[in-house]
Amino acid sequence: MVIEFHLDGQSGISPYQQIVTQVRHALRLGLLREGDQLPTVKDVVSRLAINPNTVSKAYRELEHAGLVTARAGVGTFVTATMSDDTLAAQRSLRAGLERWLAKARRSGLDEETIEALFQSTVRSSAVQDIA
Amino acid sequence: MSTAVRARDLGKRFGRRWALSDCNLEVPAGRVVGLVGPNGAGKSTLLNLAVGVLTPTTGSVEVLGSRPGAGPEQLARVGFVAQDSPTYGALSVEDHLRLGARLNPGWDESLAQARIARIGLDLHQRAGRLSGGQRAQLALTLAVAKRPELLLLDEPVASLDPLARREFMQELMEAVAEHELSVVLSSHLVSDLERACDHLIVLGESRVQVAGDIDDLLATHHRLTGPRRDPADLPAGQQVISASHTDRQTTLLVRTESPVHDPSWTVSSLDLEDLVLTYLRNASKQASAPTLEVLR
Repeated sequence: MVIEFHLDGQSGISPYQQIVTQVRHALRLGLLREGDQLPTVKDVVSRLAINPNTVSKAYRELEHAGLVTARAGVGTFVTATMSDDTLAAQRSLRAGLERWLAKARRSGLDEETIEALFQSTVRSSAVQDIA
Repeated sequence: MSTAVRARDLGKRFGRRWALSDCNLEVPAGRVVGLVGPNGAGKSTLLNLAVGVLTPTTGSVEVLGSRPGAGPEQLARVGFVAQDSPTYGALSVEDHLRLGARLNPGWDESLAQARIARIGLDLHQRAGRLSGGQRAQLALTLAVAKRPELLLLDEPVASLDPLARREFMQELMEAVAEHELSVVLSSHLVSDLERACDHLIVLGESRVQVAGDIDDLLATHHRLTGPRRDPADLPAGQQVISASHTDRQTTLLVRTESPVHDPSWTVSSLDLEDLVLTYLRNASKQASAPTLEVLR
């Protein structure tokens, strides 16, 4: 098996969403590659004691997103990667963010304030984009 | 999609006390349904009505499209494990399987044998000498091997330790994956149900407080915190489930189909336990409200 799923009961995020996120994450980090097989529904169910519909729903959503393909009677396979094209952009964006963080710390902001500021800015700029 | 359980104005009275009232439900087939509520909320009453052990005082209940216990065919389609996983203490595991084979026309002997072997039960052991977890697994095996379309389980894990709980739920979920069962299981703990269920019915004070697919419930309930304001000026379509205020801050739990865009709110998601507890708190408040009025 290429990856194993874990569930965080405290996160407030639904189990199906957690599985989707873990697959997308693994794809972004290159842990999952084209051709890899995801664990079968029965494997996941018997390991995590979760509802089979939850796993199927997660896999369906990944299929809709064009990331995996289900082959009847065989399993679910990765058909796309999510890394590569943004990696270069990520590097320079990260450098910019690090400069910003250094500036914030120099101005006396602690970690919590920085996180709160970051999150509320992400949220309000997302709202502006919608409006 | 077909319906596993449908209740219309269903009620059950014992003497002067209504154990269940005004119960309207529509549970689609193919779901694993969690029936959650405090002790005495009506969970066992609802399950016993669905099996046909009890008859309704008011209204009606249909299970897989027929009246519960309507005939041998209907009985064969529904599996039931009552509270505390009852088994016959003096009978061996093997006796239980033989009994299951004699009493159930659709008995799947190879499935029963395979499950007993996987759980690691000794066929010659008397049920009275099994651990709680083993007894629960034996009862589950009997219920699954009759190959029902719907499995009803009353507090199946309440008396089990955490490891036995997990093992029981693993076996149950595997059975669901293999045989496409519909399941209704009750618990007074949300945490028992969170991973296993995709549909939830919250019972409190003998009434259904909220019911629906868990993903929908989580997607439509939000916690809003922000500067103090009157909940009455919220946009239409945002139903306030609970509200609390300090001098400066207002915290609301709202149910809404559309996203909350108002930037003055900090919107956070709820976990299932918060959601269930909020509805149960409302239920007990409403139940005690008339008494308070009398006192005034």
